[in-house]
Amino acid sequence: MIDLFNETSLLALIILPLLGVVLLMLIPSAYKDVVRYSALSISTIVSLIALLVYLSFDHSIQGYQFLYTYSWLDIPGVWGEGSGAISLDLGIDGIAALMVLLTGIVMFTGTIVSWSIKEDLKDFFILYFLLLSGVFGVFVSLDMFFFFFFYELSVLPMYLLIGKWGSSSKFPTFARSKEYSAMKLTLVLVAGSVLIWVAIIAIFIQANLGTFNILAIEKVISENLSSDFQKIAFPLLLIGFGILAGLWPFHTWSPDGHVSAPTAVSMVHAGVLMKLGAFGIIRIGMLLLPEGAQFWMPLLIVLGAVNVIYGAISAMGQTDLKYVIGYSSVSHMGYVLMGIATLHYLGLTGAVLQMFSHGVMTALFFAVVGMIYERTHTRDSLVLQGLAKKMTVTTILFGIAGLTSLGLPGLSGFVAELLIFMGIFQSYGFGGIILGAFAVLGAAITAIYILRLIAKSFFGPISTQWEDLTDSNLRERFAAGILVLTILLIGLWPYPFVEVIKHGVDPILSGILGAI
Amino acid sequence: MTNNFSLLIPEFLVTGLAFLILSLDLFISEKRKNHLVWVGVIGLFGILIITLLIFSNGILYQGLLVFDDYTNLFRIFFLIAGIIVLISSNEFVKSNIKYQGEFYGILIFTILAAMLLASSSELLTAYISLELLSFGLYVLVSFDRYNLKSNESGVKYVLLGAFSSALILYGISNIYGVLGTTRFDEISLMLVSINDLNPFLILGFIFLFAGLAFKLSAVPFHMWAPDVYEGSPLPITAWLSVGSKVATIALVLRLFCESLLEIGNEWQLIIIVLSVATMLIGNLGALVQTNIKRLLAFSSVGHMGYILMGISALISINEDGSISTGMTTLVLNGIIFYVIAYAITNFAAFTSVIAVYNHTAKDSISDFAGLSKRAPFLSLVLVCSMFSLAGLPVFAGFTSKFYLFNAVASQDLLWLVGIGIVTSLISLYYYLMIARQMYIEEGIDLSSINISLSIKLVLGVLLVGMIVGGIFPSPLMDLIELASEALIS
Repeated sequence: MIDLFNETSLLALIILPLLGVVLLMLIPSAYKDVVRYSALSISTIVSLIALLVYLSFDHSIQGYQFLYTYSWLDIPGVWGEGSGAISLDLGIDGIAALMVLLTGIVMFTGTIVSWSIKEDLKDFFILYFLLLSGVFGVFVSLDMFFFFFFYELSVLPMYLLIGKWGSSSKFPTFARSKEYSAMKLTLVLVAGSVLIWVAIIAIFIQANLGTFNILAIEKVISENLSSDFQKIAFPLLLIGFGILAGLWPFHTWSPDGHVSAPTAVSMVHAGVLMKLGAFGIIRIGMLLLPEGAQFWMPLLIVLGAVNVIYGAISAMGQTDLKYVIGYSSVSHMGYVLMGIATLHYLGLTGAVLQMFSHGVMTALFFAVVGMIYERTHTRDSLVLQGLAKKMTVTTILFGIAGLTSLGLPGLSGFVAELLIFMGIFQSYGFGGIILGAFAVLGAAITAIYILRLIAKSFFGPISTQWEDLTDSNLRERFAAGILVLTILLIGLWPYPFVEVIKHGVDPILSGILGAI
Repeated sequence: MTNNFSLLIPEFLVTGLAFLILSLDLFISEKRKNHLVWVGVIGLFGILIITLLIFSNGILYQGLLVFDDYTNLFRIFFLIAGIIVLISSNEFVKSNIKYQGEFYGILIFTILAAMLLASSSELLTAYISLELLSFGLYVLVSFDRYNLKSNESGVKYVLLGAFSSALILYGISNIYGVLGTTRFDEISLMLVSINDLNPFLILGFIFLFAGLAFKLSAVPFHMWAPDVYEGSPLPITAWLSVGSKVATIALVLRLFCESLLEIGNEWQLIIIVLSVATMLIGNLGALVQTNIKRLLAFSSVGHMGYILMGISALISINEDGSISTGMTTLVLNGIIFYVIAYAITNFAAFTSVIAVYNHTAKDSISDFAGLSKRAPFLSLVLVCSMFSLAGLPVFAGFTSKFYLFNAVASQDLLWLVGIGIVTSLISLYYYLMIARQMYIEEGIDLSSINISLSIKLVLGVLLVGMIVGGIFPSPLMDLIELASEALIS
């Protein structure tokens, strides 16, 4: 039984959502409750498998775990028989294990939050599961072809999800229609994958093995992937994945896209999908191109610092709740990128923990804003006032997310950001101290805009139009509660998580430091 | 030397079927002519089964026609494609076209021509098959005779098609004049033995390439495609974009692999230039279209660019001057896989468009607004085919594109692949605009669209084909590999 679980659980994470898609297609769309409960049961099963995978991941054993291989397609060529050149190789290290857990949590809570969608519920869940199958696939793939396959798969449903179920925003000076945001997001992300595609093919040819397997290519880095090649190929991956991670100056799709998306999609997109970008830099960029990473990381740490400050300042100027969170995501992904760029044990661990922590926190943010928007039909912080009187629990939930975001000790954001700051200070000497100062400054600005936002929208006298508001219901509280518990767990007891991350971080760093 | 005519049985049967339909048409009453299409479908289906059963390798007429795995793959392909076109044109023909018997008869003659093109191994045989295909299409394009646009496109197609045929013929005569042979294998031997290329020979090949590029609608010979696509009856547009294109590609692949590989360095640059121009113009041209037929015309021009990119990468000469067959097989696999994926996807797109047109008689993109409410299954197939054409997973379009691009890049043409990937990003925009009309925009007319069972079945098969081609391609790849090994050996 345990053997069976070890071999097939990762496959199940990809296949079950797809089976869910097929199952949902067969249910007539008139049966809304059947659709809802089937979606919920699929989500629950997949999330439980994700949780079990994380719990049974043994960080004391070196190497990738839960390995699964299926030879998919042969590629003939000069490199011999080419049998199984593309194979479905699945496996996770500590970093991927944590990301799988994150995806499970967000998937489950996102399903609960989507309960109240009225229009075309069935189609929504079909695309939602397609999206999540792609996300799980990226995190567990050890083959570059399938990595890219699932990466593209997770972009595909976004256009329709945002364009159909999203909401347009109108400001006094400019308007953003949901169609505009959806098209912008899709085209920009696929533009990023153009670079990734070129880089993947280049690595395949240069490695000259006739296989896309990441672990096989890793073994021949020193022989076949010359230092010059790595320096040329790495920026392609850095920008390609960086676009998805919200790297400045390619981040503009992210606030627009997150604002227009429906709640659950914002949660998955800001919570999980942006992490695919950072994960891609680690998994393909740093693992396969260690010297390229070494060469380009100073650029990334500077861009990351710009991300932090620029995102935070932009968030300060926004009045729309979702735009504030959207820009704050850009700012927080800056920390992740800076952490990655340290190439230091503490910084990289912090970056991965920040990926997890930010994922949960943003999911909570978007879930809460979704609750408010559903009741007030506005997200304008100039109109919202004194909501705490009527929506007490919602206010507390928003407050927790806000405090995590500004790095209050005891919550998850603090641990992650602290590790990243320590990594930055230790890694780049004097430059590191300056950049670290910028990073800390970013946290301070975050405190300003988050606290101001909470004060403006939730406290103060309640305006008369909000007198009839109802507080969040049990279903919404349950979803938010899971996210809050996760945040508290990491904040108060981060050690087990750090242990798991260390399992993934150590081999990558030793590869990079060994290459010098 | 005796000829083993049993090799030609499928071709004989297809010819017989065409004459059967033409003569049945003379005798049955006007009302029953609706059933002629089923004679064609059942006939082609029977021929398909016979082709699968009696399959054997061999050559005919001292090698003018070659029957190998490659021929057979394309024979089967054209028979299946013919069945799909016949079924999807059924309702359209019933309501829009007089003289059904001639329509189906001529259509089946073009299927025969396509099958012969895949087996031609000599320039004149190839030319005759190509003319049989083109003449059939000239008639079919202008078949809607009371429609001005159909007439316009017919005239354009005939004039330009005849011009390109003249180019091909002139090219062939030049080649024959210099080399003294028109057989592919002998051309290859002669090209190796002569040291410097005679200017007339170069001229001959340039004319030949230009004529074939016209048939493939490669830029700068693509101008006819949008107009002809727009004017033709819809099922013929589908057949133009799949049948005639794939038939020409089948010929081109055999010509290049069997006779021109040795002098690859001489023509590679020409094809690369054609391919870059075709990818760019095709995809950029599609951005501004408002009519779905014109959009699909430009999109298929763009796809021809990717295939030309593959053809330009066919040669792979080692440092010592010998040819590396391993890489050529890889690229050839990629091209054939891409062609099949393109055909399945394009058929899916066109069949959905035909089904909509049968109901609404409109074919501009904005008429698809709100389609997801009116015909959910149809919209699903159409949106999937759009994603597949754009090269997104889970569909055949993604896997085949990845395979082809990877193969081309392995021939040191990564920069060319880079251009290809960027143009496929451009194409995503206009494919998404169609998805937007169907799923996001609200339609004015909300009446639901009824689709006949036969069309539903075809759409279902094509949808499954797109998905299986994308996630489980290895059985198909095994067949393709046999075919390309037959060509390269």
